[in-house]
Amino acid sequence: MKSLGEILLRNSSFEEIVIGNTAIVRAMVESGVRVVTTYPGSPTPEIASAVLSIPQKDRPFYFEYSTNEKVATEVAFGASINGHLACVFFKSVGLNVAADSFVQLGHMELLGGMVIVLGDDPGANSSQNEQDNRHYAHMTYTPLFEPATPAEAYEMFIEAASISRKRRMPVVVRMTTHVCHAKQKVLFSFWKAGKNGDISRFDPANGPYIPIAKAALDMKKKAIEKIRNFQEYAETSPSNSIDDNGNRVKGIITAGLPYLSILEILEDVSEKPDILKLGLVHPLPAQRIAGFLRGHTEVVIIEELDDLLEREIKSIAYEKGINTRIIGKTCDEDWIGEYTPDRVAPIMDRVWPEMEISVEDVPDIPLAPRPPQMCPGCGHRSAFHAIKQALSEKDITVADIGCHTLGFLPPYNMGQALLSMGHSTGTASGLSLFNDQRRVVAFLGDSTLFHAGIPGIINAIFNSHNLTLVIMENGTTAMTGHQNHPGSGANARGPVMAISIDRMLEGLGVTNIRRIDTYSQGKLTSMIEEAVAEKGFSVVIASHPCMLKFTREQRRKPGFIQKTVDIDQDKCTLARSCVAEFACPSFQRLQDGTIRVNPELCIGDASCIQTCPSKAISLKKSSGSQGEGDTE
Amino acid sequence: MKRFDIYLIGVGGQGIGLLSETILRAADHGNIPVSGVDTHGLAQRGGMVVSHVRLGSTLTTPLIRRGRADLVVALERTEAYRALYSHARSGGTLVYYDTSWQTLGARLGREEEVSNSLLERECLKRKVNLHGVRMEELEDYRMQNMVLLGKIASLSLVPYIGKEQYEEAMDDLMAGTMLEKNLEVFRKIAG
Repeated sequence: MKSLGEILLRNSSFEEIVIGNTAIVRAMVESGVRVVTTYPGSPTPEIASAVLSIPQKDRPFYFEYSTNEKVATEVAFGASINGHLACVFFKSVGLNVAADSFVQLGHMELLGGMVIVLGDDPGANSSQNEQDNRHYAHMTYTPLFEPATPAEAYEMFIEAASISRKRRMPVVVRMTTHVCHAKQKVLFSFWKAGKNGDISRFDPANGPYIPIAKAALDMKKKAIEKIRNFQEYAETSPSNSIDDNGNRVKGIITAGLPYLSILEILEDVSEKPDILKLGLVHPLPAQRIAGFLRGHTEVVIIEELDDLLEREIKSIAYEKGINTRIIGKTCDEDWIGEYTPDRVAPIMDRVWPEMEISVEDVPDIPLAPRPPQMCPGCGHRSAFHAIKQALSEKDITVADIGCHTLGFLPPYNMGQALLSMGHSTGTASGLSLFNDQRRVVAFLGDSTLFHAGIPGIINAIFNSHNLTLVIMENGTTAMTGHQNHPGSGANARGPVMAISIDRMLEGLGVTNIRRIDTYSQGKLTSMIEEAVAEKGFSVVIASHPCMLKFTREQRRKPGFIQKTVDIDQDKCTLARSCVAEFACPSFQRLQDGTIRVNPELCIGDASCIQTCPSKAISLKKSSGSQGEGDTE
Repeated sequence: MKRFDIYLIGVGGQGIGLLSETILRAADHGNIPVSGVDTHGLAQRGGMVVSHVRLGSTLTTPLIRRGRADLVVALERTEAYRALYSHARSGGTLVYYDTSWQTLGARLGREEEVSNSLLERECLKRKVNLHGVRMEELEDYRMQNMVLLGKIASLSLVPYIGKEQYEEAMDDLMAGTMLEKNLEVFRKIAG
């Protein structure tokens, strides 16, 4: 078996099939990055998995899971002004959390250099929006690279690190979902572990680092000068390239993954347009773009998400008096979704029908989509099932981000509004104002509580808001792949004291904290009934370990026997509450309408037994009797 | 070399990642240029998961266009039906593991569960070659992916790749008892 940790630290040059996220880690190693921080979020968590594949003692840099993206950015910044090359990575919307500190970075002398790796998510595959983070680069005078492949991710990170170190400015490498996860054989360079030394080089004289009064404006001026000076480099950056197909009429300007979509679509086209493919998208190489425009009669800009390139390129054409016809986005739809080959084909066909690009006419699929759902045995399912019994139709439930967000799906319908990480207590507080008729319940996961949930909780206490907060505790950051959080009892380097949520809330002055294992559904229902009846801010900690994680760990132990439940068909009265209300996916409906247990899915957690009105469900006799992690 | 596109589909938890990675690495062992991509995200949570493997070219989008896959590999019946509509090309092949992880609609009786006969009828209509496989005596359902891989190898459904390359790829990705057990299942079907 190949060992990723060993591969990532090879001294000689080598080729290996990797995903984009893994390629980034080898680039960190070769660039001499000393400090790496993150908060987990798709599509970037595999960067951390690759880092963790290197044993802690061999890791050539310090790595941590920070409590959120803002803190992660600050830790990396602190390391950088102390002279260490630093890297922070997180998902698209993580930059909003980090923004308060991120927007300052360009104003600072980043002594050691600092690379920010973003996982943008066109198509909102695993995010609450598909925001285009290139806007932030413009707003903060920060260079931004946009790789299209794992090989480019590797190369551009190295280029970004080198620029950042040399010019002491932040540089962004913006990946997108299918660049992070694309697999490709990449040629890596050699690496020799350097003697980095542990010298603290921070010196206020390198600054200023305090942006107060006039200094804030001086620092802004410096940021603008830096990006202006960098403009010259952009003109010759190896990350921008032209596919010269000898076409003097038609040209395309594009960047990132859409470039590959275009190549795919043009495969059968005989007279291919020339393509200017941008890798460094901020600042743009204005001279090079002007040259490309002058060399063609019409230029199409194929740009995923917002129209930043289009506006800048049109302004370059205006400034330089270029009359080339520039075609950008033409309808609202052009702003939405990932530019896959299937999306780009009709766009190109609309602009250049004479190319006879084949646009696939695929019939509608006669199946409902299969959205993600809570796993068999999930403690959140028991929680939602129990909490639903305690509330009335008119009560308001507020969702937050995490696996428990999936409770909004039928048949639970728990969670009716969602903004962002940790918003639920604040939003629920607002919903409680001028509202004596409808009780308000907010949900919040434990990792999200530590991430951004605490200010909302303190606000609810401080301003005496009237709501019940249910903390959906599972001991891990489950949705993104089970990363430890401050309440888990271990960090990215080893065991540490777990921060107790109960004691933290007590310290804040919350007096009515209730805690229960969610598999005790009856008790949880009563607790919620009591909590929502109280005036003021109340907390219920609805806890159960993540059963996906738990089951995986159990399966690795010798002598593990997979248990399942069974339905006694003689006792079953076909009430079907197991499929219609509790809705564990293990229950399957046969053509005759009877319900069976799918042994491929059931983990024998037995949380369903209490939900059957005819008591027809029990643990299967032959499949073991002692229960771990099941009902009390 | 003619390009060959493989579209894999299943439900989160069925082991599509390992299956796809094995095929990808097997191609590499056969010196075939290859690229691919998985859909991750919330994939582990029982939703639809998809993986693309493209043989025969290096600088290419990892995403296969709709209706253009030469081979569709499905780990489950309903998802096989979905991919038949979305990605199988006329004249192509669909190979699937004959199991059902019902959708919520099917469990609630609002949606018909996809049957083998429905798949057969639809494949005939669309001129797609259909192969189903199932191994009753399988000790752990998580090795269904290897049963499917065995079937792919035994019918040589992927050009340029033979049993030897599949085994080399498995050796890259697994070790110990896991490797032994998976090899055993693979060989039983691959012959």
